[in-house]
Amino acid sequence: MNDKGLRLDDIRISLGGTQLLSITHTIEPGDVLTVMGPSGSGKSTLLAFIGGFLDPAFEASGSVFIDGEDLTSIASEDRHVGILFQDPLLFPHMTVGGNLTFAIPSSVRGRALRRDIACRALEGVELAGYEDRDPDTLSGGQKARVALARVLIAEPRALLLDEPFSKLDAALRQQMRDLVFSKARQNGLPTLLVTHDEADAAAAGGTVIQLGN
Amino acid sequence: MFSRLGPPLTILLLAGPVFAGLAGTLLPAFGYLPALGGDTFGFGPFAELAQQTGIWRSAWMSYYTGVAAAAVSLLLVLLFVAAWAGTRAFATIQHLVSPLLSVPHAAAAFGFAFLIAPSGVLSRLASPWLTGWERPPDVIIVNDGAALSLIAGLVVKEVPFLLLVTLAALPQVPVERTRKITALLGYGRIAGFIYASWPQIYRQIRLAVLAVIAFSASVVDVAAILGPTLPGTLAVRLAGWMNDPEISMRFLASAGALLQLGVAVAAILTWIALEKTLGPLVQVMAQAGYSLRRDRWLRLAVLWLMALAAGIVFAGLGALAIWSVAGLWQFPDALPDSVTLKSWMRAAPRIAGPLLTTCIVAVCATAIAVALAMMCLVREDATGKRATRFALPLIYLPLVVPQVAFLFGLQLLFILSGTVASLPALIFAHVVFVLPYVFLSLSDPWRAFDKRYEAVAAGLGKSRSTMLWRIRAPMLLRAILTAAAVGFAVSIGQYLPTLLVGAGRLPTITTEAVALASGGNRRVIGVYAFLQMLLPLAGFAVATLVPALLFRRFRAMRA
Repeated sequence: MNDKGLRLDDIRISLGGTQLLSITHTIEPGDVLTVMGPSGSGKSTLLAFIGGFLDPAFEASGSVFIDGEDLTSIASEDRHVGILFQDPLLFPHMTVGGNLTFAIPSSVRGRALRRDIACRALEGVELAGYEDRDPDTLSGGQKARVALARVLIAEPRALLLDEPFSKLDAALRQQMRDLVFSKARQNGLPTLLVTHDEADAAAAGGTVIQLGN
Repeated sequence: MFSRLGPPLTILLLAGPVFAGLAGTLLPAFGYLPALGGDTFGFGPFAELAQQTGIWRSAWMSYYTGVAAAAVSLLLVLLFVAAWAGTRAFATIQHLVSPLLSVPHAAAAFGFAFLIAPSGVLSRLASPWLTGWERPPDVIIVNDGAALSLIAGLVVKEVPFLLLVTLAALPQVPVERTRKITALLGYGRIAGFIYASWPQIYRQIRLAVLAVIAFSASVVDVAAILGPTLPGTLAVRLAGWMNDPEISMRFLASAGALLQLGVAVAAILTWIALEKTLGPLVQVMAQAGYSLRRDRWLRLAVLWLMALAAGIVFAGLGALAIWSVAGLWQFPDALPDSVTLKSWMRAAPRIAGPLLTTCIVAVCATAIAVALAMMCLVREDATGKRATRFALPLIYLPLVVPQVAFLFGLQLLFILSGTVASLPALIFAHVVFVLPYVFLSLSDPWRAFDKRYEAVAAGLGKSRSTMLWRIRAPMLLRAILTAAAVGFAVSIGQYLPTLLVGAGRLPTITTEAVALASGGNRRVIGVYAFLQMLLPLAGFAVATLVPALLFRRFRAMRA
């Protein structure tokens, strides 16, 4: 059995005795698994479970492995699973560059080096020269790209996407999909997308799991 | 984690002093205090209490002051919110009233007295052209025997408190939608609000209302300034006995403190009886379709009353400021002949010490309270539990149990442990009263923080403490500093804890100001009361300016 990738092993999540979902699947590096379902179907709780921030009100069982390592019982911050939400959630009290340097792993030492990495990451999302900007002054599409750069710069081992395109307008949405999925592929990240938009699933191009109605 | 200690420490700090203090009051009241030779239980102290002249009148006045001040304040707030919520006028008054919350009770009471006294500013403004008075009229307005000026002085100070508590509860009730529905059904604005929205709001602010009753029934500083004399209200007389150098007075004072507790309980029970009658009555009116459609006159009257209540406090503070720099100021001149800094210069050397004590105690108590409140809130996030049902009454405990009833016993414990009149003991006593306000002020913005930021930061590999100090605390800096400013203001305003635990040897601006009340030197009072009101404002200025400067580059941080 290949250990690489994100393995969801017999995960079951329920609320007050009612089972919301049950899933077993392995996402290979660079692949995207799309989980679809109407709101309230529990698709976001799956991400919360994998990320390690599931509300204690839910009961969950099963295990999550990344590259063979069991994540289920380790702290959220030690899992190195990046996440993108509907909203870019840039830290409003830091510059665009500050948001990125904050995300660089602390093992990378040296102010100049960290700043340099942040600048290159901005170039990678076509925002060269934006490092000193106040995030609140960016457009919606620009914010989304900064959020993407921020999650990638932290060198995650997997990527979770919680309807990240749903608040963008139609033209931007397709661009952002292409950008996110190509970056995920380049970085060899196993990616889990939850959405209710068929077009997202089509753009992702991987396996689609439909949650109960 | 460190924050694990937060909730138990907080509960210990809030409930511990209240219960220990009550025990320290209860035992001497029944004659038991071995340190002073009382080693048998009996009703001696109560018999002595019953023989004090006018004691029942004092208790009666305390009782109805509590009920009346709370009833008038709540009625005003209720009608104002019912009539104006969601309008421009509402927002204006709200901005006008909010800062009044930070004005210490004593300063507001002095300002009020300076306005309404026979020789006060109002009488001067109307004399002699309207009243014909060349000399102040010989009537008693301040310190009137029916405690009316005391009730009025409490109302103008409790209205801002109840209004802010109500405003905090409003977002959880669909007021605007409900208003449209009741309007379509033909109900007037006020009637519709009272029938449909008020019951849900009242449920949330009920503890605060009970706190107002207990406070008004047992307040010392405001009653010493505005309340009746000979006899004074029960709390004022108690404070006198407690401070009596004659040590055997402790038994009498303890018995009195229990009577005070009984008075507060009676006032609260009266209130509950009122709730039980008025609640169903309102429902009957609603079922009968009593729609009060033409309520314009009432709406306008309430608006003016609210503006008046706020205006009185502001005008009073203005009067304090003018008196502090007044030269010769004869009746009925509207303004002093000259302006001089003489009162300030003369007071300066005596003020420095109390000012320093005030600030040290306020800063330390606030810092401890903010740290504890944050630890509790961090813990709440970690466990995902809001221990509200159990914890909220505990948080309100030091506010609902009359200060006089347990502070006296607490003082005894400090005396017995040899720590009375020490700075740490005073700071500790202030924390008990500062912490509830800090917690109540910080908890809403803290809980409203978007948890997804935490998920993002965790995904970036950031630890909980990095998350707290680099993300959450900076993003909530304004709320944290505002809560601190509230705590600072509460500490500045504390009179009785400072008097008792400081044992008169740690004077603050507030104890000095109230001590001046009987002397009646308006210039000196003006100086102290003005300072007393200035300090909290300085706190709020810092709370506004620091985040504004720190985050001036970031637009989203300005909202």
